[in-house]
Amino acid sequence: MLSLPRTRWQRRLRRYGLAWLGGGIVLAWFLIAALAPWIAPWPPDAVDVTRRLIPPSSAHWLGTDILGRDVFSRLLHGARISLLAGFTVVLLGAAIGTAVGILAAWLRGWGEEALMRFTDLVLCFPPIILALALAAALGIGTTNTIIAMLVVWWPKYARLARSLALVQRSQEYVEAATVLGLPQKRILFRHVLPNTFGPIAVLCTLDLGIAILTFAGLSFLGLGVVPPTAEWGSMVSEGRELVEQWWVATFPGLAILTVVIGFNFLGDGLRDWLDPKAQR
Amino acid sequence: MPSYIALRLISAVAMALLASLVIFLISNFVPGDPVLAQLGDILASDPAVVAEWRAKWGLDLPLWERYGLFLKGLLHGDLGTSIATRRPVLDDIVQFAPATVELATISFAMALALGIPLGIAAAVWRDSWIDAVARALSLLGVSAPTFWLAFIMLAIFYGWLGWAPGPGRMDPIAFPPEGPTGFFLIDTALIGDWEGFHDALAHLILPAIVLAAATLGLITRTTRAAMLDCLQQDYVRVARAKGLVERVVILRHALRNALVPVVTLGGLAYANLLTGAVMTETIFAWPGLGRYTFRSAAALDFPAIMGITLVVSATYLLVNLLVDLSYALLDPRVRR
Repeated sequence: MLSLPRTRWQRRLRRYGLAWLGGGIVLAWFLIAALAPWIAPWPPDAVDVTRRLIPPSSAHWLGTDILGRDVFSRLLHGARISLLAGFTVVLLGAAIGTAVGILAAWLRGWGEEALMRFTDLVLCFPPIILALALAAALGIGTTNTIIAMLVVWWPKYARLARSLALVQRSQEYVEAATVLGLPQKRILFRHVLPNTFGPIAVLCTLDLGIAILTFAGLSFLGLGVVPPTAEWGSMVSEGRELVEQWWVATFPGLAILTVVIGFNFLGDGLRDWLDPKAQR
Repeated sequence: MPSYIALRLISAVAMALLASLVIFLISNFVPGDPVLAQLGDILASDPAVVAEWRAKWGLDLPLWERYGLFLKGLLHGDLGTSIATRRPVLDDIVQFAPATVELATISFAMALALGIPLGIAAAVWRDSWIDAVARALSLLGVSAPTFWLAFIMLAIFYGWLGWAPGPGRMDPIAFPPEGPTGFFLIDTALIGDWEGFHDALAHLILPAIVLAAATLGLITRTTRAAMLDCLQQDYVRVARAKGLVERVVILRHALRNALVPVVTLGGLAYANLLTGAVMTETIFAWPGLGRYTFRSAAALDFPAIMGITLVVSATYLLVNLLVDLSYALLDPRVRR
């Protein structure tokens, strides 16, 4: 294919433009989540049955739901729970998984075998179904749903961290550090761990979108949040039979879509930046 | 090759056993009391009846003996009794499974039929408009919440345009075919009921598209990446240097190697369709396993949820086993 000469700026924009866009979307949602109580025009839980199912108008930008609550205000407040749940699951899941993976790579022998077989065991369950079973066992609520998701979330990080740590182990700098007589713990924490950060950070960013989708899905099924808490998944669920009043379900879904796309762009950009050879 | 298959079979059985242990343990840590749930308030207030009931179901035995009983029950197809439907969970699952399998298979076929060619085209004409379309489509597919997409499609094509029939597997006034497979497309075709076949197919299209969206995104993305990788390999350069037609180079040399990751992902994606079905079936009132799962979860019908988890996990394991075995066909190096 013929490639035209491009200026450096054009190449940069081409390579990282979407990543900046993704970062912008994510940042915007963060600001919305932080400022929701101040920028929302109505209280998110204010029920007013005389104003139910009003189409989008100047008073209610995105209309009202079946209980007369302002969809726009609930949407802004919903950002808090979605982002909080997504970040908690991914960060804790990554921390647990990375610890297990690196420990496995360091132990070798039967310790590694036991840890990795356990990881495989959790991976052999379909994630949403297992999370659903756990969330049902623990009871409805944001914390319980996050715990249920954590149980199924860490294994992919354990696998990634183990393979990264195994690669690092055989690197010359680790041998050099060993020859120098540095303690194993120091080599592990100061040398191996930092070198595995890049790919794990990329996985985390891409994973945030998936975690937010999954949490919204569990909420949609009625397990995520306790009503009347404003949450995107449960908002879609509340509007799922209102085809005529399309605004009730459409806008919270669009909110999920944009935040997931934002994290995808950001994650792809991060991967290209950390590993320019793997340009896809 | 036979020893490879034997090894995979043994490890799959071991995994299934461990998985059943995990499920047994989770169901033992349920906060709710099964005695109260099964007997009801009045009978549960009589200590003698409760003791007899506990003894009958082996609840007074130590944990490991109960696990033995649980396994024995499993071998006899006993997955417990649903609290909501008051029927054996296995009967429920057998009744609802065909609707889901029919839907999932059609969507999977759609995702493969569109995703693989699109992925190939995007890789071959990299950075062209078709590449842009493929990337946008796969991004939307993996980013859109299934439950929301289902709502949007139904609102547009049924509510607004009126092109598609409403929720359900068939028209409410039509008589659904009675057996033998439970797949409406097959059952109606078998008895030559073409009107019913057409009705069932029309009802299938919209939910199948919704369910296929995420899978399509993943398949397109993986095919594209794998093809880009293979097209840069030396053997492709050799094939071109030999003067082979570009079509042969792409389809015979590059694609065959690029298919290995696609098969891995395809297997997982098929099993994941069962998960996506929970959302899709709920909105399309599709009487399958997904809607059964949703109802069981909403009613906190624990025996049903555990039964479904067990069956779906077993399916997952089986699909993974088949995927591993298919490597041997695609990649001769595995056979050794």
